Amino acid sequence: MKLKQLEGLLGSLQQFSNPKVELEQYPTGPHIASRLLYMAENTFGGISGKVVADFGCGCGTLGIASALLGAEHVIGIDVDSQSLEIASKNAADLELDIDFIWCDIKNLGWRDQSVNTVVMNPPFGTRKKGSDMEFLSIALKVASGAVYSLHKTTTRDLRFDVPQLYKFHKKKEVDIAVDLWRFVP
Amino acid sequence: MRLLTHNMLSCNIKGVSNGFPLRLEAEKWVEKEVELNADFLRGIFPKIEWKALAGAARAIGYDQLPDEADASMLDSDDFLRRFHHALLELHVEEGALVCPETGRRFPINKGIPNMLLHEDEV
Repeated sequence: MKLKQLEGLLGSLQQFSNPKVELEQYPTGPHIASRLLYMAENTFGGISGKVVADFGCGCGTLGIASALLGAEHVIGIDVDSQSLEIASKNAADLELDIDFIWCDIKNLGWRDQSVNTVVMNPPFGTRKKGSDMEFLSIALKVASGAVYSLHKTTTRDLRFDVPQLYKFHKKKEVDIAVDLWRFVP
Repeated sequence: MRLLTHNMLSCNIKGVSNGFPLRLEAEKWVEKEVELNADFLRGIFPKIEWKALAGAARAIGYDQLPDEADASMLDSDDFLRRFHHALLELHVEEGALVCPETGRRFPINKGIPNMLLHEDEV
C-alpha cells in the first residue's frame, strides 16, 4: 500500500466526539500515523505478518494502520469504553479484524514478550505526571521486537498538530513537537 | 476476541499468584475465515501455551486440536489448518473470562473483554 493511500484511509476514520481532558485524548493525525507505521514496516519489518499491540489505542488509528500494512494480529487497548466503541466501528468499516481490550494499561495481565511490536501515542504526562513512562515500561515488557512511541520533546522533524479540542488552547491549532522513538527491549 | 488474544491474557488482581489461563465462557461466537500464513504459525507456535489454547477452543465447541503439541507437528498441513482455525478464525463475541484463582468474571461484550479492575483489586 502506498503511503498516500494509507494516509488517506486513516484520515477517513472517525475520531473522539468528546475528548476527555483527564485522559489526554487527542487523535493521532493521519500524517504522523502513516509515517510511523510505514517506517516501522519498511525500515524494520516490524508490522507485516507480526502480532502488534496499540497501547492507549483511542479511536484505533495506529492499530488500524498496522492492520492495513499487513499485521497478522492486532490488539488495541484503552481505558475508555467510548473510544473503544469508535475504534471498533472504524475497524469494521474497513473490514479489519482487530481485538480490543478495555482496561487500564498498568493493570493488564499480559504474558511477557507475547507480541512482536508495540505502537503507541501515549498520554504525554501533562495531566497525570509520568503516564508516558508508565506506558513505556509496560510496552518494553510486552514486546519481543520493538516499541514505537511518540513522546513530547523540543523541536524535531516530526511535528504533531493538535487542533483546538480543549477549551484552554488559545490558538486555533497548536503544534506540539514530538519525537518518534524506537525502543528495543 | 480471538483465542490468540486469550492466550496472552492473565488475571492481574492483587494477590493472585496464578491467573493464567483465564477460563473462557463463550455464549456467542463467530467464525471468520482468514488466509493461512504458515510462516506466522511456525513462528508463533513456541509462544503459545498449548493447553490454554486447546481448552479455550473446546469451550467454543472446537475439539479438533490435540491435547498436546510439539514443533514436529508443524510439518503437517492438517495440523497447521486446525492450529490456524483455532488461533485466528474463532471470535468470541459474548461471554466471559474467569480468573482461575478467584473466580472473578471479566465479561466479554461485542468481542471486547472488560478487564478493568476494581479499586480493591489493584
